[in-house]
Amino acid sequence: MNEQQQRRRSLIRAALTLIVAAACYEGVAYSGLFPRVLLPTIQTIAATLYSMLADGIMFEHAGATLYRVLVGFALAVGLGLPLGILMARFKPVENFFLPLVSALMPIPSFSLVPMFMLWFGIGNLTTILVVFYAATFPMLFNTWSGVRSVNPLWLRAAGAMGADERKLFWKVIVPGAFPFIITGMRQAFLRSWIAVVGAEMIAASDWGLGWVIFDAKEFLQADIMMASIVVIGVIGFVFERVVFGSIERATVHRWGMVRMAKG
Amino acid sequence: MQEAVTLAATPQPESRFGERLRVIARNVFPFLVVGAIWEIVARSGIFMRKLFPTLEDAARAFYDLSVSGILEHHTVETLLRLLAGFGLAAIVGLTIGVLMGRSRRAEDICLPLVSILAPIPGLAYTPLFLLWFGPGEISAVLLVAFVSMFPVIYNSWTGVKVVKEIWLRSAQALGADNRRIFRHVILPGALPYILTGLRLGLAQAWRILVAVEMLAAVPWGLGWLIFGAREFLNTDAMMAGVFVIAVIGLCLEKYVFQKIENYTVVRWGMVEAME
Repeated sequence: MNEQQQRRRSLIRAALTLIVAAACYEGVAYSGLFPRVLLPTIQTIAATLYSMLADGIMFEHAGATLYRVLVGFALAVGLGLPLGILMARFKPVENFFLPLVSALMPIPSFSLVPMFMLWFGIGNLTTILVVFYAATFPMLFNTWSGVRSVNPLWLRAAGAMGADERKLFWKVIVPGAFPFIITGMRQAFLRSWIAVVGAEMIAASDWGLGWVIFDAKEFLQADIMMASIVVIGVIGFVFERVVFGSIERATVHRWGMVRMAKG
Repeated sequence: MQEAVTLAATPQPESRFGERLRVIARNVFPFLVVGAIWEIVARSGIFMRKLFPTLEDAARAFYDLSVSGILEHHTVETLLRLLAGFGLAAIVGLTIGVLMGRSRRAEDICLPLVSILAPIPGLAYTPLFLLWFGPGEISAVLLVAFVSMFPVIYNSWTGVKVVKEIWLRSAQALGADNRRIFRHVILPGALPYILTGLRLGLAQAWRILVAVEMLAAVPWGLGWLIFGAREFLNTDAMMAGVFVIAVIGLCLEKYVFQKIENYTVVRWGMVEAME
């Protein structure tokens, strides 16, 4: 009972905070202390968001961004997952790629944008490649450590029970490394989501949420900016919670690999 | 007999030296392969030399830029910006995080705001900051601070919350006042988390700083150097800039992050030993 009361009080406080923060913002925006174009009211932002959603422009921008992010992410998984497994299973592969990976990993993906722009021009290809670069390393690194950390006892037990290489791989190594692989995917997506927004701003093409935000600066349209930021936040949230959360529940939790998070 | 002794004694240092040499060779080999492929492609003339310079050109650009002091100036400005932004983030983030961990009221007030603002990629705020604070230094530093603040807040909040209730109560029973409890129980207990938060924040700040420098039109800085070089097709200067960025990133990784991690592991070991 006490805990429940406490929780309800927290909820009320949280709601109050948001209302108060919004009210403060509205107050400042209406007061005219700052120019209206720079600090639009929440009402204006909502109206802009609604009209952009209604005439479908927002969907096209979001679609362009999602296309880039998903292609880049898929490429990164396509390279990072097999290479990570190979590196963990075969010593020569690890010896060759590990130095390269540790030298390339600390380079922020954005520092390659200007070079990619010179090589591949402005548009989809450059953005996809930047996303690919940003997402590959977390994927690779987590897969590698996941496969390496598979309990050797399981491998020996499976071997003793007569599993061949192939069965060993699919029945022991892959499930054993899966929590790490999921973490890698999550991190990779987070990175690619950041990378796509930045790359779209710098390597401006005609579509994409990052481009909309940056373009709106030229015309002092802060309401369009904020509307796009909201959309970016919502999409990122949906992917993190709904997509990866459900993958995790369907695999790792069902297999009983990790305990459910408390609370 | 004599022979056997010398035989047994001498190989030891030699083999250790040989081992080290082999490790170095193993680490250098992949770079040689990649470098050779790069050189062959660059010299073959498939791509324009201006766009795909040889390593020699890139090395010369690096040399010229560093002799004239331009590269150093860019590097120092970038590092200062990183420090300023991250320092601000550390101070504000720690304050908010510890407050949130200590008082239920602060937690209820700050948590909704933090959890709404944190998941949005920080770069998305860039144009907004540029509109509000104008292009240049202030926007860049504030953005870096804003972006790297969230990991610091989250981790210090968690760290303070997971300090064991029983430690607090026993300290209280031993007659420690609030201030003492904070300094001698809560702070050391939360330190591993706080350090992790700082590490994540610094990594985030570094990743975003380059892009911010490109967008915020700052007069100096490595991001600006590579972005500006694009206008004149100076791919060699770009490569020199990327090289410096890579070296700084590597140094941060080796000398800051790993140090912190080792330290936290030691702390964690201590914490576990106390249980």
